[in-house]
Amino acid sequence: MKRSKRSFRGFSAYRLWSQLPRLEVSSLPDVLMFAAGLALFYGVLMLGRTWFGPFTAVAEISPSPRALPVYAGYSLLRITIAYILSLSFTLVYGYVAAYNPRAERFMIPLLDVLQSIPVLSFLPGVMLAMVALFPGRQIGLEMGAILLIFTGQVWNMAFSFYASLKSIPTEMREAARVYGFSWWQRFIQMELPFSAIGLVWNSMMSVAGGWFALMVCEMFVLGQRDFRLPGLGSYLQTAASAGDTHSILLGVTTMILVIVLLDQFVWRPVIAWAEKFKFEQVESTNAPRSWVLNLLRHSQSLEAIRKKTVRPLSERIMHYFAQPQAKEHEDERSAWRTWLIRVIATLIFMAVGYAMVRVAILLTGLQPGELKEAGIGLIATFLRVNLALLIGALWTIPAGVAIGSNPRLARIAGPLAQIAASVPATALLPVILLVLIRIGGGLGVASIVVLLLGTQWYVLFNVIAGAMAIPTDLKECCGIFRIDGWQRWKKLILPGIFPYLVTGLVTASGGAWNASIVAEYFNFKGHLYTTAGLGATISQATDAGNFDLLLAATIIMAATVVTVNRLVWRKLYALAETRFRLEA
Amino acid sequence: MHNAIIEAKAVEKSYPQPDGTRIQVVGVTDLAIEPGKIVALLGPSGCGKSTLLRMLSGLSQPSSGEILWHGKQLNGQVPNVAIVFQSFALFPWLTVLQNVEAPLEARGIAPGERRKRALRTLDTVGLDGFETAYPKELSGGMKQRVGFARALVVEPEVLFMDEPFSALDVLTAENLRGELLELWLGKKMPTSAIFIVTHNIEESVTLADRIIVLGRNPARVRTDFNVRLQHPRDRKSTRFVELVDYIYKVMTEPDVEHALPDAEATAEIVLPPGGLEKALHKQPAPVRTVRYQMLPHARVGGVAGLMELLHDKGGREDLFRLSEELVMDVEDLLPIVEAGALLGFATLKEGDVQITPQGITFADADIQRRKELFRHAALEHVTILKQIDSVLKRKSDHSIADEFFHDILDEHFAEDEVQRQFETAMNWGRYAEIFDYDRESGRIVQSEAAPLETIDLNQPSTPSPKF
Repeated sequence: MKRSKRSFRGFSAYRLWSQLPRLEVSSLPDVLMFAAGLALFYGVLMLGRTWFGPFTAVAEISPSPRALPVYAGYSLLRITIAYILSLSFTLVYGYVAAYNPRAERFMIPLLDVLQSIPVLSFLPGVMLAMVALFPGRQIGLEMGAILLIFTGQVWNMAFSFYASLKSIPTEMREAARVYGFSWWQRFIQMELPFSAIGLVWNSMMSVAGGWFALMVCEMFVLGQRDFRLPGLGSYLQTAASAGDTHSILLGVTTMILVIVLLDQFVWRPVIAWAEKFKFEQVESTNAPRSWVLNLLRHSQSLEAIRKKTVRPLSERIMHYFAQPQAKEHEDERSAWRTWLIRVIATLIFMAVGYAMVRVAILLTGLQPGELKEAGIGLIATFLRVNLALLIGALWTIPAGVAIGSNPRLARIAGPLAQIAASVPATALLPVILLVLIRIGGGLGVASIVVLLLGTQWYVLFNVIAGAMAIPTDLKECCGIFRIDGWQRWKKLILPGIFPYLVTGLVTASGGAWNASIVAEYFNFKGHLYTTAGLGATISQATDAGNFDLLLAATIIMAATVVTVNRLVWRKLYALAETRFRLEA
Repeated sequence: MHNAIIEAKAVEKSYPQPDGTRIQVVGVTDLAIEPGKIVALLGPSGCGKSTLLRMLSGLSQPSSGEILWHGKQLNGQVPNVAIVFQSFALFPWLTVLQNVEAPLEARGIAPGERRKRALRTLDTVGLDGFETAYPKELSGGMKQRVGFARALVVEPEVLFMDEPFSALDVLTAENLRGELLELWLGKKMPTSAIFIVTHNIEESVTLADRIIVLGRNPARVRTDFNVRLQHPRDRKSTRFVELVDYIYKVMTEPDVEHALPDAEATAEIVLPPGGLEKALHKQPAPVRTVRYQMLPHARVGGVAGLMELLHDKGGREDLFRLSEELVMDVEDLLPIVEAGALLGFATLKEGDVQITPQGITFADADIQRRKELFRHAALEHVTILKQIDSVLKRKSDHSIADEFFHDILDEHFAEDEVQRQFETAMNWGRYAEIFDYDRESGRIVQSEAAPLETIDLNQPSTPSPKF
């Protein structure tokens, strides 16, 4: 119909004009995409050049603002590579743990322990090992940093993937079996989509944790040796040591900018895209949207490329694994596979046994004085962490409930809080110290502020979510019976947000222990600020190269975190799951 | 019997318990699926019919006995079958077309051919126009159509259906049943047999050429017969109603032998090699010991409602008519009736339910008096409540951990059933004020104000003054 009308009218200036905006809109995504691709390519090229360059132990960190974009690029790339590693590890670990009951029995508790070991205590060991592996090359140091970020990112992702795999409905699994899906098809069409949403949210959290670790591991002193990598973290630390307020502000601003851009260009599109993996039977009304995703979806050239490359490729892979081929090798493969697994398991057992013996030897070499110091430190840090949690809960609960029960306020405060939360506490430490030293507080106060800054957001977000989830009819019921003031809090709000509050506090507690390592011991303007605490003990041992003490303190911290998790949080969690669950 | 597609020979399914014993879910059963027939497997909920379906389709292995596929053993392979699931089991992230193509993809069929076959099947089930929709955009009936299309696209030799209509509303289910039958009778389905698991008696009589009724705990064939009614079957016809009535009787009174109505015209008993004889007469009962009383999963409110209704209707009612009137599945109605019978408020006979004098007193009583009557009946007839009551009386602190009774139930029931038995017992006991139950501490405590004197049942109920 339309076409015939047009040909009837013939060529006219009007038609050309009416076509113009349409042309523009349809090709705009392609132009943008092309530009972005070019920029990415250039960035990778530039990075590669420096990476394989010779080792410069004391890389000069330029205070010039002009160096900032390049530094930001370096830091971002480190996080990206670490994330890709984490994702690969997650898929393998989660898959094995979910499908091999024998492996599951020790893989999941192991994950629980690893999760509670503070990342930063890995730092010296990882760095020294990597530098030794690649002597005289910058890449050793880079790999150390990446590995460290990886250890900060990976555990919660692995756990989420495992939990998702475990919760796939039986009938869906049976459908995949009865219709003869190959493992690849099962993975692509069932397991990965089913776990997508959990993976996306945990990836976001992990990358935020990556920034935290990055700030520390780009520049640190280990005994006599001074390691530096060009990046945002080292820029900030250099600026802080020099007391250069201007540069600190510039650095923090750059980082916030990078985080906001990441949010707009990566996370938001991914979240909006992952919406289709929601396991629900009815369509939700307000699904998250992203303008970048819309742009990508409307790009014709991208679609064309996908048609030519991705689709035939995935078709090939799917076909390769499909029934006829897969069956033949099954028997012989399983035979050598069981042997391989046995050999690997034996090797792992031997390695673990050897490590345990070494650890025992190391620990017996400890001075009683050092142990006593660690013990006092444990108490100090324990009090500090819980004080930070308490203060955090005290202000976030009323604030979160206020935001959560007022949609207009939520619209304004939500994004602001998100940005504030995404700035790693480690980056802000110099700024806080500058302020506190000026007004006369020491590191004792500053460390609590840092812990608070690092952890309160988890609580705030969860409380907001909890307050939003309180059903309207319950609120109305309270209104009718004139239950207000303290009664309203006691009867409705606190029980309503309880499960969310517990979730937030668990995460915050883990984060606070980790943050104590940086918060309690700080080198600033050539002056060493320190306060009693287990975190300070760990940092001190790192600086002095005292590995016995480092190991002992780390073990003490990990054991404490695991114990607190088991004794307190898990019980509260169970209570939240049963009694305080809001169900229809 | 050599033309059977699938044959189950003395299959049995049992699960090991933590204490080393085994709970039998499906008792020794023989079964054959022959070409050209719709076979319906009927039974109360949780009786193991789905387990039997999964063994026949190759999804799960029998604990003993064997499944033969055209006379050969399966060896863990999944034969050319398809399953339509109760929950649809569609992949919500794939479009309708992709969902239907997925099984073909698994067989390594080229994209062009795949699409053609999928589109043709979608057309058959009346889904053209919905190819690019996602399942969550569709209504329940449409989703199940996708489930049908996905099953039919692989041209399975046997189409298995596990309660395919029970997640749908009454009208949609009726419509889909009609369409299924139309496709089947018009030979538009690329399958040679259909095996449907259901708890809906009317559904089975409407669709099936052969009906197998299973008993519970463990599942065993109670009756197995061919239906000789002509399609389309008229639900109001006497023969249809007689057949439905017969199945009701078999399900409600398993210990009595019932005669098939008018065998010439409606149905004939099938005697698979040893199958029914084993089930009805010989009763091999390999693990059968003294059975622990099984509580029907009914709430007190349901029992009270049924008594009131029966009383209003003059005291006696046909079960089938009752279920039609209440628009309730037999699955939902039967436990309530059984609970009434267990408590001595009603009796079951010949597919009818008859209220007893105790039932009449109960129906007439007010709230407080009902509790007393219920307590009396429960302590007289319900084993577990009797046990709890006597333990509580004997203990000095009048309380006991719930695990104690969990352990007792564990010896007699499978894991899920233990939970349901316990929940029902707690529900009844709390209502009867025999005890209180604190779920968090897991303790059962004797009710404080429990007047445990016997009550005079002959005393007419005196409604407390209301204003």
